[in-house]
Amino acid sequence: MFKSLKIRIAITAVVCLAAFYFLIPTFISNIPSPWSQYLPKEKIHLGLDLQGGMHLVLEIDTDKALEAMVERTSNNLKESLMENKVRFRNLEKAKGATISMELTDAAGKTVLEKVLKNDYPDLEIASTTTRDGGQLITLRINAKRAVDLKKLTVEHSLETIRNRVDQFGVAEPEIIPEGDNRILIQLPGIKDPERAKNLIGKTALLEFKIVDEENSLDEALRGNIPEGDIIAYGTREDKSSGQKGQVPYLLKNKTLLTGASLETAKVQISDRFGEPHVSIKFNSQGAADFDRITNENVRKRLAIVLDGVVHSAPVIQERISGGQAQITGNFTMDESRDLAIVLRAGALPAPVNILEERTVGPSLGNDSIRQGILATIIGSLLVFLFMLVYYRLSGVVADIALAMNIFLILAVLAAFQASLTLPGIAGMLLTIGVAVDANILIFERIREELRTGKTARLALDTGYDRALITIIDTHVSGILAAIVLMFFGTGPIKGFAVTTIIGLCVSLFTAIFITRVIFDYFTRNYNIKKLSI
Amino acid sequence: MSMELIKPGINIDFVGKMKYAMIFSAVLILIGIGSIIFHGGLNPGIDFAGGSIIQVKFSKNISADQIRTALKSTKLENSTIQQFGANEFLIRTSESFSDPKMLEVNVGQPLSAAFNKEYEIRRVEVVGSKVGADFTRKAIIAVILSWLAILIYVTWRFELRYALGGILALVHDTLIVIGAVSIMNMEFTISIVAVLIFVIGFSINDTIVTLDRIREIVKRNPKQKLSEVINLAINETLSRTILTSLTVFLTLLALYIFGGAVIRDFAFAMLVGTVFGTYSTVYIACTSVLLFEKLQPSKMKRK
Repeated sequence: MFKSLKIRIAITAVVCLAAFYFLIPTFISNIPSPWSQYLPKEKIHLGLDLQGGMHLVLEIDTDKALEAMVERTSNNLKESLMENKVRFRNLEKAKGATISMELTDAAGKTVLEKVLKNDYPDLEIASTTTRDGGQLITLRINAKRAVDLKKLTVEHSLETIRNRVDQFGVAEPEIIPEGDNRILIQLPGIKDPERAKNLIGKTALLEFKIVDEENSLDEALRGNIPEGDIIAYGTREDKSSGQKGQVPYLLKNKTLLTGASLETAKVQISDRFGEPHVSIKFNSQGAADFDRITNENVRKRLAIVLDGVVHSAPVIQERISGGQAQITGNFTMDESRDLAIVLRAGALPAPVNILEERTVGPSLGNDSIRQGILATIIGSLLVFLFMLVYYRLSGVVADIALAMNIFLILAVLAAFQASLTLPGIAGMLLTIGVAVDANILIFERIREELRTGKTARLALDTGYDRALITIIDTHVSGILAAIVLMFFGTGPIKGFAVTTIIGLCVSLFTAIFITRVIFDYFTRNYNIKKLSI
Repeated sequence: MSMELIKPGINIDFVGKMKYAMIFSAVLILIGIGSIIFHGGLNPGIDFAGGSIIQVKFSKNISADQIRTALKSTKLENSTIQQFGANEFLIRTSESFSDPKMLEVNVGQPLSAAFNKEYEIRRVEVVGSKVGADFTRKAIIAVILSWLAILIYVTWRFELRYALGGILALVHDTLIVIGAVSIMNMEFTISIVAVLIFVIGFSINDTIVTLDRIREIVKRNPKQKLSEVINLAINETLSRTILTSLTVFLTLLALYIFGGAVIRDFAFAMLVGTVFGTYSTVYIACTSVLLFEKLQPSKMKRK
């Protein structure tokens, strides 16, 4: 390596200063103003297991999004076919995101093919079976389009969740896609994990539907649901007893307007009861639609349905122009605030499932930091003491290298903004055990050389030279194992792998380079005849 | 005089005791496998099997039975409840709550009803079975991949027969740690997989140091019998092998005692791995080079 001792001392000094530079914010919390602009701002990041927080892996049910699209397409197709005077029956969405239908007219298929070609390029005919005069036809979304749609669904969900988390107000959230249809979310320091989960996982599909008052609700509940109607439920709380009950509604299935037409939503407190509700404002198209819908349905009831639950179904007294409406219900302040957030951020294009959740409360995180630091200090002290007793002054040199090792690992973590986790602390402690190995190898070698009668200077040189290749081999194999671990690992385990890799790289520098500088400095300047080893 | 744990010039006949070491290792591994069969397989943690762990701390004295009573007629009725420090408990269930509301209904509400607000949920881990299957696949791949990576590296740096000895030792270490985990009836978690891979890295470390020495002695003295060379190399590096293992052992012991309950199983498995990693270096990895010598004669000796 570098022969000149001066250059080597300079390199050591530069590395130490750089490490010190990156660690200043971690150890000094308030840097006075003229200095602060020249120094890095970031402290060492603590992992979720140390500072508390939530780690979530969500799966987006992209199949559901595909099915919803097929459902919409089948409704549109019905109208198109009627316009084109094709005679058909039983057109409906079938299993596995397909549409099944029966053409009753032999000539129908040519027209159907033309309609598909002109207006529904995404649809293709999957199968045709001839059956007494008519044809049974199955349509499906073509494969490329289905893949695109799924991809789009994931992107849209990611965007929506980002919006929601931003508005919820979490410091430094991490939201990244994983694999085909998964999203990884990390929310450090979250206080109310349940609320955050509800906020993120809620589909928040807002729909406006007309209540069917021409047909009997009782009859429908007995199982005779009129064509084009559905039954939906709302909750009602009895104010005096506090008991919650379900109220059924008979609704026209057709959705007149959705949350997609909203411009904004905000929490307001009602004047009369002081109860919070969410007031919504439609965008210009939405407002025009709302105007038309209310005009056409005066005296009827308009149900406001959120994720299939009827929140309220007020009677439309008169045409409403201006595009304002209110969603009431028995909301708490937090609930209405969260509802406003999800409405503003928009609905998720598909339902999400929680695949993995790891939440650590802040108190456990504090305990872990305390115990982790305690274990590191005691573990390092044991090693320091052992080296001192066993190798005396040379042990002191090794100990200096070890202290540098810890210091540099922390500096690298701070510089690269990697997180320190509990397994990371374990990794650091282990690196101390392994890093000292390099020095043990060297020292044992030097002792062997001294036994053969070599001078201190020569024994030192041979010892370092002979041990070097072994040390590189052991470090490389350790780094290999840690790299495997890093690619496999999730969250905390990755922290273990990362600190181990950093630790091993740093140890190559501290255990070989720095200790050599110290030895050379003293043997050259003080004419040492006998090594204390 | 310097302090010396191992006197220079020590000459223990490791190679001669190879047969007993092999039998000893085989017995240990069989005991481990027996324990796994006895327990009806490994005890997979939620990382692999899917399920939930909820860590709850109470601000007053509570027994596991009181918690069980509180959770009666919820989905957590059949969960295992384990004391985890003073007034702190782990509730484990195979149920994985993918619906955000389920946790509140099955844990929060019944606990609040029974203990008012005198508890704090400190940690929740939920892993769906789908993710669990993913982790299992990845864990197996990772362990095998780390064997392969090291096999290739050692083959490149030394010779195949040395690498084979090293890998034999690594497989040995992996099996022993898995056996120990089963005997202690510990959960097999992702942390344990991390231990396996670390032990693989640590054990090959020792092996490489000794292999390096074998190579050096062969160069110095090409006529010497291989069994003697191996013995000499192990003896010459013995002091370093034991010292390094000792320092790693000390740091792990500190972690085991002071690191807290969350990391205790991890530290325990590491301790076992360190001890057996060192043992396997001396008795398995290096001595078995002799076995492979019969399959593929040395190139080094001819140099």
